[in-house]
Amino acid sequence: MSEFLATIGRVFLAFLAHTGRLSAFTATAVSHIVRPPFYPRLIMRSMVEIGYYSLPVVGLTAVFTGMVLALQSYSGFSRFAAEGAVATVVVLSITRELAPVLAGLMVAGRIGASMAAEIGTMRVTEQIDALTTLSTNPFKYLVAPRILAGTVMLPFLVLVADIIGVFGGYIVGVYKLGFNSASYISRTWEYLMPLDVISGLTKAAVFGFLITLMGCYNGYYSKGGAQGVGAATTNAVVSAAILILVFNYVITTLFFGK
Amino acid sequence: MATQTPKIELSNVHKAFGPKVVLDGIDLTVTHGESVVVIGGSGTGKSVMLKCILGLLHPESGSIKVDGEEVVGMKGRERERIMRKFGMLFQGGALFDSLKVWENVAFGLIQGQKMERPKARDIAIEKLAQVGLAASSGDLFPAELSGGMQKRVGLARAIATSPDIIFFDEPTTGLDPIMADVINGLIVKCCKEVGATALSITHDMASARKIADRIAMLYKGKLIWVGPAKDIDTSGNPYVDQFIHGREEGPISMELRA
Repeated sequence: MSEFLATIGRVFLAFLAHTGRLSAFTATAVSHIVRPPFYPRLIMRSMVEIGYYSLPVVGLTAVFTGMVLALQSYSGFSRFAAEGAVATVVVLSITRELAPVLAGLMVAGRIGASMAAEIGTMRVTEQIDALTTLSTNPFKYLVAPRILAGTVMLPFLVLVADIIGVFGGYIVGVYKLGFNSASYISRTWEYLMPLDVISGLTKAAVFGFLITLMGCYNGYYSKGGAQGVGAATTNAVVSAAILILVFNYVITTLFFGK
Repeated sequence: MATQTPKIELSNVHKAFGPKVVLDGIDLTVTHGESVVVIGGSGTGKSVMLKCILGLLHPESGSIKVDGEEVVGMKGRERERIMRKFGMLFQGGALFDSLKVWENVAFGLIQGQKMERPKARDIAIEKLAQVGLAASSGDLFPAELSGGMQKRVGLARAIATSPDIIFFDEPTTGLDPIMADVINGLIVKCCKEVGATALSITHDMASARKIADRIAMLYKGKLIWVGPAKDIDTSGNPYVDQFIHGREEGPISMELRA
């Protein structure tokens, strides 16, 4: 029995230690984003890596999501003769929910994993210690540019995903389901409000922060060689994905929860 | 008087990881321009000692002074200022694999001292020549170099900013005997050229004999013998004798069980 209680205690203490370490990491990282010196080259490189090279995967995700959404809502809504709402459902679902969440999850897989692996390898090969001995703060050099780039570029990616997703819905709506092109477009705009897009982009910025934070954090504290880096990579992706889903609900509540 | 202040002074330094005591009251003084080598078996805390001086690890108690300044507990800008005095050659090289060889060598100049890139590149090429590498190797990536060449680049990076103090962490580990001797020769030469104080850790006695003015032996968290390198064979200390002759039998019993 005491063995059992001791285990619970240990797990709880480990959880607290972990939470404390993550909080301290986050605070340090954010403080280095706003304090000079800055590394424009590194910020640009991360922005290109996150924003530009994620475009294909985010675009493909968005176009197929828009297409399947049109198809599904058409077949569902036709049961109560509400096919006319397809365009509205597509644009609201994409901008508010699906573009940020799916783009976030895809980027978490792509960027979160690569950041954790890269920084983790630098940790286990002493490259992070080497940075310090060369008078360079690893938070400033490695962490801050990545988190800044993630927070800035995710909204951009999601805006692109919004457009491509709606376009995917349009293709299926007009060419497969037989909607009139002009009326589909006007239906798309009719009920769309700025807040729908803004809430989606806000989510994107938060997700971008979380993805890069998890990638950097798990990489930074990885240990024990190849296995440790592997574990860091897994943790980065899984924790980012879960945080995305949790914060998605929280932000939705803040914007639309009555 | 300035020369009377020891370059590095450790007094009663303690460091433990959980219940495992690694450093148990270390006292060591390194004077200006001297080369001290700390020998000891694997896992005796040699690297931990170096990392405590560099501030990568924080000792629980004791004092570490660099040029008479207390560095334990130093943070931020102060710490960065002290770090400029140091150069370090890491055991595995710890070269930044995303950067070219010359950028690695020039890293401390560009990031630490904000030097213009073309000028830093010239100095990097010069330092590469000092360690016997052609200018053309500057445009390669570290992964394209052999182990011996990586060590040379690491050495060039350590001396690039002409530091006062250079640390060598197992400089010859993993090299063939001839390359090891070449590196030892370069260490002696480079330290002379920049007039640097050197602190090395190794378990390679050939290396220790070649580069040391004084040798200290670390065993069970304490320095059990410190003396001039020429006296190492007549120390009269059974621990030192066992270590330098690499005997299985003796007062040091290898703890094979973890």
